[in-house]
Order: sequence, then C-alpha cells, then structure tokens
Amino acid sequence: MDIFFEFFSLQDPNIRYVLAGTILLGLSAGALGCFAILRRRALVGDAVAHAILPGVCLAFIVAGGKDPFMLILGAFVFGLLSMVTMDFISRNSRIAPDASIGMVLSVFFGLGVVLLTIIQSTGHIDQSGLDDFLFGQAAAMVGQDVMVFGGLSLLILLITILTFKELKLISFDPNFAQSIGYPVKRMEFLLALLMVLTITAGIQAVGVVLMASMLIIPAAAARYWTDSLRVMLLIAAGVGAFSGITGSFISYTAPAMPTGPWMVVSTALIFFLSFLLAPGRGEIARHIQKKRLSYRVACENILKTLYAMEEEDGRADRVRTWQELRKRRHLSRGRMRKVVSTLLKKNLIAFYAGTPDGYVLTNDGRKMAKRLVRVHRLWEKYLNQHLQIAEDHVHEDAESMEHLITSEIEAELRRSLGSPELDPHLSKIPYDSDEDTKTKKGDSRP
Amino acid sequence: MITSTGWIIITGILVAVSCALVGTFLVLRKMSLMGDAISHAVLPGIVIAFLLTAGRNTFPMLIGAGIFGLFTVWLTEELSKKGRIFHDASMGIVFTTLFAIGVILISLFAGNVDIDQECVLYGEIAYVPWDLWIWQGTNMGPRPVWILGMVLIINITFITSMYKELKTYSFSPQLATTLGLPVTLIHYGLMGTVSFTTIASFESVGAILVVALLIVPPATAYLLTDRLHRLLLLSAFFGITSAIGGYYLAWWINSSIAGAIAVLTGIQFALVFLLSPKYGLLGRKFRGQVRYKSAEDTILQKETTFM
Repeated sequence: MDIFFEFFSLQDPNIRYVLAGTILLGLSAGALGCFAILRRRALVGDAVAHAILPGVCLAFIVAGGKDPFMLILGAFVFGLLSMVTMDFISRNSRIAPDASIGMVLSVFFGLGVVLLTIIQSTGHIDQSGLDDFLFGQAAAMVGQDVMVFGGLSLLILLITILTFKELKLISFDPNFAQSIGYPVKRMEFLLALLMVLTITAGIQAVGVVLMASMLIIPAAAARYWTDSLRVMLLIAAGVGAFSGITGSFISYTAPAMPTGPWMVVSTALIFFLSFLLAPGRGEIARHIQKKRLSYRVACENILKTLYAMEEEDGRADRVRTWQELRKRRHLSRGRMRKVVSTLLKKNLIAFYAGTPDGYVLTNDGRKMAKRLVRVHRLWEKYLNQHLQIAEDHVHEDAESMEHLITSEIEAELRRSLGSPELDPHLSKIPYDSDEDTKTKKGDSRP
Repeated sequence: MITSTGWIIITGILVAVSCALVGTFLVLRKMSLMGDAISHAVLPGIVIAFLLTAGRNTFPMLIGAGIFGLFTVWLTEELSKKGRIFHDASMGIVFTTLFAIGVILISLFAGNVDIDQECVLYGEIAYVPWDLWIWQGTNMGPRPVWILGMVLIINITFITSMYKELKTYSFSPQLATTLGLPVTLIHYGLMGTVSFTTIASFESVGAILVVALLIVPPATAYLLTDRLHRLLLLSAFFGITSAIGGYYLAWWINSSIAGAIAVLTGIQFALVFLLSPKYGLLGRKFRGQVRYKSAEDTILQKETTFM
C-alpha cells in the first residue's frame, strides 16, 4: 500500500517522466488501433511490431549503444520495410495475405534474433538494455527516452486529430473517398506511416512481441460502448492510457517484471468487462434483450391463440380454458402462468365471469391480437406477391416477422399491397374498421 | 556415435519436417496465422504443466499445451461469433493475452520454472545434445529427438491416413462439406497436430520462430508446384535445407541457431519468389505477365491489402 501512495503521489520526478511517457504511448496506440481494427489490419500490426526488432538491433550496433533517435529511425525503417514487403509479396504472387503476414513476422524476427545474439556475444556493456525491447521495461526509460518517445506519441496524436475526417472516410468507405476525389492512396500511406510510428513508439514500454495487442485490444474494447468513431477513439485512447499507468506501476514495484505483458493483461481485463457489461452490445445486455423479446413473443402468441379460437367459432364471449390454451401453445406450466398473469395485469385478457381458469380477450387485447394477425397475413401476402415465395413457405417467416413489424412498416406494406382482402391462404385479413376507412381515404389521394 | 553437432542438426530437421508437413495445410487453407496464434497461446499451458509436475516432464507438458492450443482455436471462433468482432482481431486478442499471461507466469515463478523469456522466444536447440534420456541406466540419446520423432510419426500417420479428406478440405472446404466429410473433425484434427508440433518444436526453436518453419517452406513450395504431394515433399525439403544451412550459418556468424534457420527460410523464399519458372517474378516478367492478379482480383482483394 505504501508503495502505491509513493508511486501515485508523483513525488519522484522519474516516476512522473515514465508515467507521462507510457500514458502518451497508450493514448496514441489506443487511438490508432481503432483504424487498424476497422480496416482489418490487426495482425498486420503484429507483423510490423515483430519486424522492427532487427531495426532496433542495427541501430544499437551503429550507434554503439541505446540512442533513442537511432532506435526510432531503425525501427521505423524496418517497420516500413516489412509493410512494403508484405504488400509486395501478396500483390505479386499467389501467396495469400495471411501467409505473407506470417512470413514477414517470423523471418524479420528471426533476423532480429540473429542480430541480438551477435550483439550479446560481443559482450557489449549496454547490451542488457536491449532485452527490454522484447517485452518492454517502462522503468528502464530515462528522461531523454521519455522525451523522445512521448514526443513521438504526441506527434502521432496531433496528426490523427488533424486528419481525423479523412482517416475516418478511408476507414469506412475508401471507394466513396476515391470517387469524390480524395487522395486515397496518399491517405492510406499516411495511416500506414502513423501505424509504424505508433508501434515504434511502443518498443521501450511494451516491447516488440506484444506491441500489437496495444493496437488491437483497447480498440476492440471501445467498440462495445459506441457506434461513433470519435467516441470509440476517445475510449480506446483512455483504455490505452490506463494500461500505461498499470504497466509503469508494476514496472516500478517489481523491476524484474517486464511491463508489456502486464499492459496487455490489464487491457484484456477491460476488454472482457466491456464484452460482458457494455450496455446494448455487451453480452449481458444482449442476453436480457433476448430474454425480453422471447417473453414478449410468448405473450403475443397467447393473444393470437385466443384470437384464432374466436375466429374459428366466431364467438368472442366464449370461455377459453387454461387446458385449451396449453394444448395449442406448448409452453411450460410455469411460463404459461407468468405469461397469463402479465396479460391479466396489462388488462389484455380477463377472467370469464369469475371462472378462475377460463379467459377471454378484452377489447384492448383483441385489438392487439388483431393487429398481429393482420401483420402476419400482410407479410405472407407480401412475400407471396412481391418475392414470389410459394404460399406453403411463407408462414414460418411471418411467424417471426409479426413480432417485429412496426406500424410504419405495416403502413408501408398496406400501401404497396393496397390493403388486400385475403392472404395467400385465403384467410381474411382483419382490419380495424376505423383505421380501414382512414387508409381508404389515403389511398384515394394521388 | 553421433556428435553433438549431429544431434542438433537431426533435431532441426525433425522440427523442420514436422512443421512443413502441417504448415502446408495451414497455408493452403489460408489459416497460416492460426499457427502463429497457437504457438504463442500454448505458453501458459507449458508453464502450468511445468509448475504442476515440478520439472520437464514431457507428457503433461504436451497435454497442457495441447489443451491450450485447441482452446485458442475454439475461443477465437467463439469470441469472433459472440463478440461480433473480425476474426483476425479476435485471434489477436486471444493469443496475445494468453502469451502475456504465460510470460507473467514465467517471471512470477522464475525460481521454479526452468524456462526463461528468451527460451520462449528463440528456443535452445544448442542444448539439445545434453538433454539426455536415460532409460534403465542406458543412454538413449537426446530426449527432444525422441519426442520430435514421435510427433513426426504422428503427423505422417495423420496426413497419410486422411490424405484424400485433407486434400479436399484444403482446396475446397465447401466441396468437403457437400461430400459429407467430417469437416469439423478434420479441422480440429489439423489444429491438434499443429498444436502438438508447435509444442514439441517450442523447446528447440521457440514460439515465434516455429512460425517461420510452419509457414515459409510451404509458401516457398507453393510457388513451385500445384500438386499436393509435391507440395508436401518440397516444403519438407526446404525445411531440411534451411535447418542444415541455418546451423552452419549460426556457427559461422556466432548467433542463435533458430534465428539463423528462420533467416534462411526467408532467403530461400526470396530466391524462389524471384526465380520460380511458373509463379516467380522473373518468370512472369519473361512471359510478359506483369501483374500476377487481374484487375478483378485486385478489387476483390482490396480488403486484404496492407497499406
């Protein structure tokens, strides 16, 4: 606990530096990752991240030690080279894109390992620091590193904000962008550059092996919370920054621990929580929605069954018993009881003259049931007439559509079919008499 | 007697051939990256088996990692379906997270686990000759050679016994489904062999370089032939040459053997990519076929370009 306060009181200037660096990195990786995910380049990022290892090693050899500018240059050159290679291979041969990703990833990384082991065998003083680029070590960053890598992240963020509109356009609809005269090729190249730069910025904190997940996971988590790219970018950047804080905290408390894996695990945790809890798209919310829908369908089906019985014997005042209903609708006893009590409470059905297990439709209930049957038959008619589906194939589809058709769609169906009398099975389509006249008036308009 | 150099080369060849055989199907099925994912994701399985059995006990390790391998395949597909995210992103999430957990476990139990982060990345094929299997007092030779030999036999048995099914499945899964072949079984069978191969190779070449041996030799062979049996033989051949060449390259420049093997697979690919008579760059230039893909293909593949 003490160490927690010690860390977050930010007394130590070193902590402030490292924290600022990793937060900036998390922000830029999270934001850029959104484009990577939307453009389906998630694993391209993985390959690029692995492929910068030889660049880092070469920079190390050339500069004779860890020099942040040289490292960025080396990593950047190799990152770009790997992208060009992947593109070239899959454009000019029968090799599928996934295989060219895998090849570039492993061969470049192999080259990196060769260079790394050569450096290690020369017994360079500074060589232990080189290992940190594999899995990252935020705590090993010194002031100058933070300035350079943090500055790079800041630059990436700035460019992303300035070109947001264009990046958005090429992510969703490059063909449209092309047709209205945007320089799509140049924008795509800019995005590729930004991606390589983001990955480069991450090498010291996350390491090359796990850098790609800092692009993928925050963006995937953010996707659950929103449909707006702007908001998604903000959330993903936030998740990235959070993982930066977690990573540098762990780096501070346990210097032997590599930072990268902890950043990944903390984002993965947020991803998992988003996957479960996000309203609307989250697993739990969707489960509840599904349950609700299926319950509503069960209620509506009982109303329909009562209406069908009325249609058969033409008597609206006759009692329908619990047993009759269960014979027609195969619901479990408990579910049936719940459905019936809901319908009673909503005043859609009523007890018949005080008999405890006999029911009739109320006027409201009949209106609702009538609507369901009407929509069902209109949909059958529509499928049969406009899509030429045989009469004996339309029922199943209508059975589910009747619960989903809104009054707007209903109006549209009636308009395009001209309020037909009969459905394909020659059953009468029931209209509410007052509504009927209204529509007829509407129809007479040009 | 076989020298230690001999044992290292034998190990390299066994790894290369096992990987090339199963990798061929991955490349044909366009599932190359599943090999990458599995090889990363088995790490926590290996570490947990290590911790539970307190040592390098091979079978628990194989089983632990095998479970994680199939778990990865299943989880990737589930997450992609349930979470409604693209398959590649879902794969990226699953395997990086599992791999990160593996690395954390290794750092946490550094004292108890006899594998370090570097071994995870590029293996320790150089130590193979000293990892001996002593059985009833007799020296049976290096243990990894036995394990890899066993895996190779399993792979060959799997491929020869299911040859026709695999062939149909890898060129047209739709046809395989219509013919009533057990596609799911073939799929998971293949993924299972990929997992076993990866794990057995893991100790010698590490998690990332095994990807080079899985994908690059088959991709190289794919530029030379259209027939499945030649594809298998050629990729095994390219695997073997890079294993042998890699050893000597590493010896010459004093570097990691596994890294050098990966580099050699890349050089071989580059040469074939340039020179292959049928599908190579120069061969096609010579015939005046400038672009490999027609305009239509390019449009269809727009989704999958990189930049």
